[in-house]
Amino acid sequence: MAIKPPANRLWWNDPIHGVELGWIIIAFLWGLFMFFFMIAWHFIGEQNLSSETYRIRPEKYQEKVEAFAQQHQAKDQNGAPLEEKGVPVVRPPAGGDVYILARLWEFWPIIELKKGQSYRFHISSVDWQHGFSLQPTNINISVHPGYEHVINLTPTDTGTFGVICNEYCGIGHHTMTGRIRVVE
Amino acid sequence: MTTVDVGAVGKAGIAVNYRTCRFTGLRIEANAETLIKVNAVAAVVFLALGGLMGLLVALTRWPAIQLLPAEWFYLVLTGHGANVLLFWIIFFEIAVLYFASAVLLGARLATPRIAWLAFGLMIAGALMANYAVLRGDSSVMFTSYPPMMASHWFYLALIIFAVGALLAVMVFFGTLVVAKEEKTYDGSVPLVTFGAITAGIIAVFTLASGAIILIPTWLWSIGVISQIDTLMYKVVWWGMGHSSQQINVSAHVAIWYAIGAMVLGAKPLSEKVSRTAFLTYILFLQLASAHHLLAEPGMSSSWRIVNTSYMMYLAVMGSMIHGLTVPGAIEAAQRRNGFDRGIFEWLTKAPWGNPAFSGMFMSLVLFGFVGGISGVVLGTEQLNVLMHNTLYVPGHFHGTVVAGTTLAFMAMTYLVVPLIFQRDIIWPGLARLQPFLFAIGAGGISLFMMGAGTLGVARRHWDISLTDAVHAFEYPPGAYMMMALNGIFAVLASIGGILFILIVVGSILRGPRLDGTNAKLTFPLHDASREAVSKYGSHATVKLPGTIVLVGIFFAAFVLYYFVNWKYLSDLWLFR
Ligand code: HEM
Ligand SMILES: [Cu+2]
Ligand SMILES: [Cu+2]
Repeated sequence: MAIKPPANRLWWNDPIHGVELGWIIIAFLWGLFMFFFMIAWHFIGEQNLSSETYRIRPEKYQEKVEAFAQQHQAKDQNGAPLEEKGVPVVRPPAGGDVYILARLWEFWPIIELKKGQSYRFHISSVDWQHGFSLQPTNINISVHPGYEHVINLTPTDTGTFGVICNEYCGIGHHTMTGRIRVVE
Repeated sequence: MTTVDVGAVGKAGIAVNYRTCRFTGLRIEANAETLIKVNAVAAVVFLALGGLMGLLVALTRWPAIQLLPAEWFYLVLTGHGANVLLFWIIFFEIAVLYFASAVLLGARLATPRIAWLAFGLMIAGALMANYAVLRGDSSVMFTSYPPMMASHWFYLALIIFAVGALLAVMVFFGTLVVAKEEKTYDGSVPLVTFGAITAGIIAVFTLASGAIILIPTWLWSIGVISQIDTLMYKVVWWGMGHSSQQINVSAHVAIWYAIGAMVLGAKPLSEKVSRTAFLTYILFLQLASAHHLLAEPGMSSSWRIVNTSYMMYLAVMGSMIHGLTVPGAIEAAQRRNGFDRGIFEWLTKAPWGNPAFSGMFMSLVLFGFVGGISGVVLGTEQLNVLMHNTLYVPGHFHGTVVAGTTLAFMAMTYLVVPLIFQRDIIWPGLARLQPFLFAIGAGGISLFMMGAGTLGVARRHWDISLTDAVHAFEYPPGAYMMMALNGIFAVLASIGGILFILIVVGSILRGPRLDGTNAKLTFPLHDASREAVSKYGSHATVKLPGTIVLVGIFFAAFVLYYFVNWKYLSDLWLFR
């Protein structure tokens, strides 16, 4: 019994049950397969999270984002800077850099992208940790203060996407949102 | 239940008294018995408190009800995590360690005074943590990621609790040494004790990581240190947070074997395989803390791959092996007990009316199918981006730590009450029902939280309708349905939990005494005389068709679900 010392003192000489041996081999091969599949996805897959990261002081990052927003802020028909609920709408050039600022409790600014174009997304926080969760696509990435994470993203469909915070960041956590639009 | 009383005085001047259990023949020492009792009772109290908080959380996340206001929600969620994951589980584990050392080896508990000190510190830490949380300035979740800061009481409480737990683990190791020196057993330690040793070793590693990260954090909270690096914190914190889950797995697997042995007379198919599987937990799982960091900046791909796969899959293999050897041992035992017809008679004629067995077996199934498979998917380098920090994560770990560990601990309690408290279980009808209610409820909340997470619903989030948000966004109706179903199954799980607590407390206080000579157990243990004279010789030659079918279904589900998630992943935006 499993609650008594093994009946055979030399238990390590006991034969292994055939079913056990078969299952160990299957489990091992399956583990090996899953291991190689992760590596393979770096070659065959399009969704491999970049690990490009820079250390940056939060104030510096905030300046970068503000400069970016000012430079690329969209204009309406009359040439006036475009805003939505007081937040600038920014149209970065295709293939260019996108800066997103996470802070208590918003993702700033609103970004407008072109479908099928590749962008270099920079994400960082100026205060606490936040979670960048793009919906309904469901891409989820952690955001740290002091670390600027650079991710390449190519939107594959058009529409209005929500960004919500999914790292608990205090009492306003459930109000922390952002917006990304993708147009043809 | 007492038939023999041997009085002696240990070196420390504390009396050492043994009794022999009438039902199991185990030699039980009085100090060990008392300390098992107090730790188990403390565990149940914190389960009651934390479970109630879990219900409040689930009812708040049910959109049609949204019971608590936001501040209270975050406060209660912090309390829920701490009370159940730390206090309920670890108090119970200490009781399990004392049981697996002193009781199973027939030894005295080493240094009972230190065991009491450990208990005192753990109680002090747990109460202080609840005080800190209820003050309202420590709603930081039990992970307490900086730079969000809790009251310094919160960190200090966790440190005190951890020191207490570490002392208790030392008493466990001391007891092993005592048993060895006083030659209270013959040959190698039993498999269950071996599993407990695994848990103990991992516990030392875990508590050390905890100290390394919590002590500077506490110093930071009182202003001695000016800054804590957020990424470094997560790496070390998960060295504790993840490995402590390995303690749980080792402990509940040991309990599966123990219940199989005590209720059905199950022997391991082969000691070698089962013990090696426990060893893989020690050798490989600590490093899997990496899989909590797959969506963080600055972690290289090769670091992610090595730590999530080579290391993790060898440990996953350990669990997969137990997933075969535990039902295999039960099938072999049942066939020896005479239930040898067809593929599944051993299972259909198993003692489903005994809550220890039914709880144990459902814990095994749910841990494997719900907690295990989802854990591997979640821990896969690329797939993680699909569900990181969504409700999928709590869905996964309610499959491991609630439907798996908690259910197994509940099942074990139905044996601890008669054997250690020497009181029979009251309300046998309700006791029969209890594991099913809890298993269905816990399985349900796990699955529906996973479902909601797949639809993008965030964890630790008060309002999925985003009413007060500037850039509101509509979740699909399916997400609302998942949250409502989660609420309904949370109510079921809570009824199961409340019943458990009433039955256990009622039995301890009012259950029929079992120390008389004629007393019988309501839920009997294995009786070797019932074993049919069978054609089976050694376990190594038994045929196990039922187990092969069960494991085959498991493997098919695993492979299918794994690839479904790669399919989801390939539909995401391109990361280039
Ligand atoms: C009646 C039983 C229970 C119910 C209804 C329940 C329900 C929940 C719900 C709805 C959440 C919130 C998820 C979120 O919003 O992020 C949660 C979180 C959690 N639960 Fe439970 N739970 C129960 C029992 C348990 C048990 C027994 C354990 C541990 C052994 C446990 C461990 C946790 C942990 C660690 C969290 C995460 C807290 C955090 O995010 O900081 N739960 N539970
Ligand atoms: Cu946030
Ligand atoms: Cu947040």
